[in-house]
Amino acid sequence: MLGLSKKDTSLLIAVAVLVALAPVLLNPFPENSALAQFNAGYPDLMQRFVIFGIFAIGFNILFGLTGYLSFGHAAFLGAGSYAGVWMLKLLTINVIPAILISTVVAGLFAILIGYISLRRSGIYFSILTLAFAQMSFALAASVLTPITGGETGLQTALNDPRILDGVNDSGNIPAPNLFGLEMGDSLQVNVAGWLWTFNAGYYVAGIIMLIAFYVAIRIFRSPFGIMLRAIKSNQQRLNYTGLNTRPYMLACFVISGMYAGLAGGLMVAMDPLAGAERMQWTASGEVVLMTILGGVGTLIGPVLGAGLIKYFENIFSKINSNLLHKWFSFLPDGLEDFVVTIIYPFIGKGWHLTLGLMFMGVIIFLPGGLVELGQRISRSFSKNKNDAAEQKPAE
Amino acid sequence: MSKTTLTRRGVLKSGAVAGAGVALPTIFTASSAAAYMNEPTGSSVTLGFNVPQTGPYADEGADELRAYMLAVEHLNGEGDGGMMNTFSSKALTGNGILGKKVEYVTGDTQTKPDAARASARSMIEKDGAIMITGGSSSGVAVAVQALCQEAGVVFMAGLTHSNDTTGKDKKANGFRHFFNSYMTGAALAPILANEYGKDRKAYHLTADYNWGYTTEEAVRTSTEAMGWETVAAVKTPLATTDFSSFIAPVLNSGADVLVLNHYGGNMVNSLTSAVQFGLRAAEANGKQFQVVVPLYSRLMAQGAGKNVAGIYGTTNWHWSLENVAGSRYVGTNAFVQSFGAKYGFPPSQAAHTTYCQTLLYADACQRAGTFNPCGVQEALADFEFDGLGNGPTLYRGSDHQCFKDALVVRGKENPDSQFDLLETVDITPREALTYDPAIFGGELGTCNPGA
Repeated sequence: MLGLSKKDTSLLIAVAVLVALAPVLLNPFPENSALAQFNAGYPDLMQRFVIFGIFAIGFNILFGLTGYLSFGHAAFLGAGSYAGVWMLKLLTINVIPAILISTVVAGLFAILIGYISLRRSGIYFSILTLAFAQMSFALAASVLTPITGGETGLQTALNDPRILDGVNDSGNIPAPNLFGLEMGDSLQVNVAGWLWTFNAGYYVAGIIMLIAFYVAIRIFRSPFGIMLRAIKSNQQRLNYTGLNTRPYMLACFVISGMYAGLAGGLMVAMDPLAGAERMQWTASGEVVLMTILGGVGTLIGPVLGAGLIKYFENIFSKINSNLLHKWFSFLPDGLEDFVVTIIYPFIGKGWHLTLGLMFMGVIIFLPGGLVELGQRISRSFSKNKNDAAEQKPAE
Repeated sequence: MSKTTLTRRGVLKSGAVAGAGVALPTIFTASSAAAYMNEPTGSSVTLGFNVPQTGPYADEGADELRAYMLAVEHLNGEGDGGMMNTFSSKALTGNGILGKKVEYVTGDTQTKPDAARASARSMIEKDGAIMITGGSSSGVAVAVQALCQEAGVVFMAGLTHSNDTTGKDKKANGFRHFFNSYMTGAALAPILANEYGKDRKAYHLTADYNWGYTTEEAVRTSTEAMGWETVAAVKTPLATTDFSSFIAPVLNSGADVLVLNHYGGNMVNSLTSAVQFGLRAAEANGKQFQVVVPLYSRLMAQGAGKNVAGIYGTTNWHWSLENVAGSRYVGTNAFVQSFGAKYGFPPSQAAHTTYCQTLLYADACQRAGTFNPCGVQEALADFEFDGLGNGPTLYRGSDHQCFKDALVVRGKENPDSQFDLLETVDITPREALTYDPAIFGGELGTCNPGA
């Protein structure tokens, strides 16, 4: 279907089903139960899952296929975000122009940075991209304050022109919408204690993520993709055969940057504020973590990695000592305090610690990331079931 | 995907399942079911405490959180009641708000507007918070206030001192108890002119975000009106920890006063750096070199240690206020006592303002008889109260800013204890600090109940 092989089609369909049912799947615990703390099915986090999924898919096109580790991808996310907010301020509060322009602006920005950075490879390429991203961050945070809002961030305001929209006399800033459908609108369904929130913004982002995922599959399977893999395996040999690899690399870099810009545009479409720290090196590092955690060079890996990191950031960071005491209140007093003291450093503001330990575990035991975990599990199942059938005769 | 087989049995089965799915759920959209966003329907009401737990303002955030937890205790009728006993409005009775037990969720703003908004959104969407409060930075406060306006919940600003919060970026759903840069300038300038003379040359180091800008501007305007001259104003990034490269050029710039428009960890580092460079012992233009810190707090004084001795600044409140300035500031001792009994040390001004904001919000709901943001706005607009430690105070309706006395303080030369680091030099009466709400521009808009 759609020019995909059978295996890729089923992967795309599986992802589509997951995206469609996420509001249900991510809320496995009833609303009033103690475990509801671990529910992730609320609009803000679901939007983040798919948006950072797009960001990671795009990063993986560069890192997974060519092996070029860009350490400055957040710059494109930030550039896209700023472009998006300006569209929401100047043109219209409809999200379509914001998303399109943010992708284009990030692409142009990527041409500029890519043209310079791609003169080097390996660690030098990483450092160059990192330098550019930090430069962008510093500029956005101080010198370019009139354009970026500095450390305060860029927001929509009541008196923005919005030339395509009519006069706004409601006294409130209009919310980003898609032809009248506000991104914050939700349909809440209450079934026997479970509360599912089907959010308009999430589905808009989800559909765009599916398109982005489909395009990524096509790139992975195309001759262009094979060329990129060839660059990864031995660029020197390619050069010796008389092939100029730089146009391929630049195209790949720009596509990857546009994915990041698209993610940035979607972020401001969901919540119209862009802060400079979106460009900081920690944000660039985060997407590297997402990709490695999920599985470099695999199609679905980066999406899983993005989901896992965002889950930790938003769920674990909100557990406080008060909640811990509630959970362990069944233990005797001394033991309760002891258990809480042991767990406390790993939750709340200490969620980075938990994430770090998990990252170490994945790198040491599962170098292929979460995808490898899935493969190992499915392999062990299929082995048990039809061990005999799988055995091939020796040559 | 290419083959689809339809059997009679299959169609019947899936039809039955679909029918059951349609019949079961009670579907409602956000706009139809509730009168306003996150209307509490159970026996409890959830407040969202969104404070910096990491970053340069982490100390202030931790103290804010302590005060919030204390306020929740008092609202639910636990503990000694603190300032509820001295508060001039007696609507609160210690059985929660409107009979509902107060519960809370916490989040980390990381002192970044992006992260703060994400955290606030999850509180509103996931935890059903009816009110968000906190933020130890004006950048964060402005961003979260805008979010709360869009989402239709109330924002009670914590420690935010920029004029913008209730000036250029004011919102109908946002309220601020803390004082602002304008008031700092108006209170500080006469004292400085008195102490250091009227022919001083000032050098500003300014934190590079909206609070820094408005503070620098306020101090500049009011000191220049006294006859001072401003030599230079240099912006420093919020994340800076080493200020030596910013301090080094100061001595040869021709200035004889350094104004540090820094707060929290920034101020501790920049002041320490200034002292290490020998600025306080130096002479310039034939005068003793001086350092001024417009916005002071005890936590910062504690962080900077001996370096604060003799340095002037302003604060919103100080724990010794009632002992020093008498019973006009009643409530101060009650709060210090109950905070001290729980945590073992006196509260900072950040803790004080967040505690007051929680009480003021609860009281407004109680008086309005509803949690609806529009009802809260009506109850707080032009509300005159007393007994929360700052003397008689007005919550002005036209910009949702509190007007009360401000303190000019100086670092003590010989502190008696590690908490007794600031001495009150002067208290500027509220009349001298009141300004026309139109001077900063911005529009309040209309209250948004979200549904």
